[in-house]
Amino acid sequence: MIATEKKVFARTPVLTPKMTHYCPGCGHGIVHRLVAEAIEHYGLRERMVCVAPVGCSVLAYKYIDVDMSEAAHGRAPAVATGIKRARPELFVMTYQGDGDLAAIGTAEIVHAANRGENISVIFVNNAVYGMTGGQMAPTTLLGQKTKTSPAGRAEKLEGPPIKVSEMLSTLDGPSYIARVTVNKPANIRKAKQAILTAFGRQLDGKGFSLVEVLSPCPTYWRLPPQKAAEAVENWMMKTFPLGVYKDKEAADGKRAEG
Amino acid sequence: MSGNDAVVEGAIRAGVECYFGYPITPQNEIIAGMAARLPGLGRAFLQSESELAAISMVHGAAAAGKRAMTTSSSPGISLMQEGISYIAGTRLPVVIVNVQRGGPGLGNIAAAQGDYFQATRGGGNGDYHVIVLAPDCAQEMLDLTFQAFDLADQYRTPVMILSDGRIGQTMEPVELRDPPAKKRVEKPWALTGAKGRPGHYLCSLLLPVPELAEHNRLLQKTYREIERREPRGEAYQTADAGVVFIGYGTCARIAREATDILRDEGLKAGMFRPITLWPFPNKKLVAALPKAKALVVAEMSTGQLLQDVRLATSDKLPIEFVGYTGGEAPTVKELVAIGRKLLQKPRNGNGRKK
Repeated sequence: MIATEKKVFARTPVLTPKMTHYCPGCGHGIVHRLVAEAIEHYGLRERMVCVAPVGCSVLAYKYIDVDMSEAAHGRAPAVATGIKRARPELFVMTYQGDGDLAAIGTAEIVHAANRGENISVIFVNNAVYGMTGGQMAPTTLLGQKTKTSPAGRAEKLEGPPIKVSEMLSTLDGPSYIARVTVNKPANIRKAKQAILTAFGRQLDGKGFSLVEVLSPCPTYWRLPPQKAAEAVENWMMKTFPLGVYKDKEAADGKRAEG
Repeated sequence: MSGNDAVVEGAIRAGVECYFGYPITPQNEIIAGMAARLPGLGRAFLQSESELAAISMVHGAAAAGKRAMTTSSSPGISLMQEGISYIAGTRLPVVIVNVQRGGPGLGNIAAAQGDYFQATRGGGNGDYHVIVLAPDCAQEMLDLTFQAFDLADQYRTPVMILSDGRIGQTMEPVELRDPPAKKRVEKPWALTGAKGRPGHYLCSLLLPVPELAEHNRLLQKTYREIERREPRGEAYQTADAGVVFIGYGTCARIAREATDILRDEGLKAGMFRPITLWPFPNKKLVAALPKAKALVVAEMSTGQLLQDVRLATSDKLPIEFVGYTGGEAPTVKELVAIGRKLLQKPRNGNGRKK
């Protein structure tokens, strides 16, 4: 007996048919897809602008078919603020890595968050500078060996890793801040929920939302993809626990995203 | 009103839709004026966390197709060079006002002209230019602000108004006129949400060598067109002048007064002031020197404008250079004395001579 064909998986139309340049086992491809699905979920493609960062995902504009602006390294939240203030009717998001958001762009992200700027930020944290060849990031873990911390990051020399979600949650401005990961299917589903919640906050005019996504970097963690995915859980999450760090609506007992 | 207040009036009348800035002396009247006026007009005003952020916000608003501007003073403008380079590379129309103060570094808050090279040679990384306009009075702070927005839109380029603390702070009468009615340039490239079209990507990033080379050739083509069409300058009493003073902004006013005094004495002095510092009005300057035997370049910096004058005149005329720094400025008396000396004995070895 021949079963009728049933399509169970398809490319999200918001993604272009291009092959990405990301390394095998990198989390960016999954995060792109989740973002694209969330864009589709809310029907945002024709009324949004995404601000692309500098770093591995600098070429994101090739893969996500929406209006996009470049920003100087770290300045994405400021460029996004300019777009949002100019056209408040548009959905505006940034997509930033850890070097971009947590080192060179700390002032911009802190102040956008503190203003409660009505934008959404996808923050991909892989604890290393990928694009430039594996240097130490602000989120590099203690003991982690990189090109610029060859003996392993030492607290006395470089300080401990910055915990962005925790830090920004101390501000009164943000509406929603969560840390998720994409290392296995169950976590990917939770990551998508968090992204939907974050986007929903902006659409409801509730203000700043940020989703920090722990993402494996097999290339510069010097691990095979499978081991890197496991390392997110066994190693990275010990410093960066998953969870919702700020939720103004939950505090008011309102809105559950689905 | 002050020159700074005139910028606010000019920008509002020119239809500025978004202003982002960070406080710095001596231009604080502008950011305060914008804060007081724009929200009531339904336009965007935001005080940013830094000049880096201010120029990036302007970047975003311009990318969204709106008339956007920022204002600052020398050290703040240095911080903005990052964003200005991106904006130039992305071909976005924005307006930037630099009310110059003393430098280098934190310097002081007195009027100076030390940012001439930074403004006229691009300023940030890469091979680009911004159009640079130099007002010499509060009225021109208003009028050139109109022109700055139109030029920015027309050529898709950043335009800088290079003023100084004295022009910005001096109170003088200003006719609050409106800009000439003009059709706004369409911006089909703007980020408005990709409705019924593929997504636009506005960027300066072009990794393949041939693509960046081609893009930069397009920028250069635009710059050549600007050089052909937009040089502006004012020649005053130059037709028969044996000595011509050259200065911009505050120094142009000092030079004009010196010219008048020398003319009253029967001496043939003249004054030329570039209004566009880039493109420098080479031909207009040369045309203003039919009888000139010597030039006097006056600036509140130490030989920056001087270089453009030497290039424009192919170093064919002797130049007496009067350069002050740190907030000092040439005096009328001093320029009159130099003019008198040159006009009485124009070729006795004063100044540089080839």
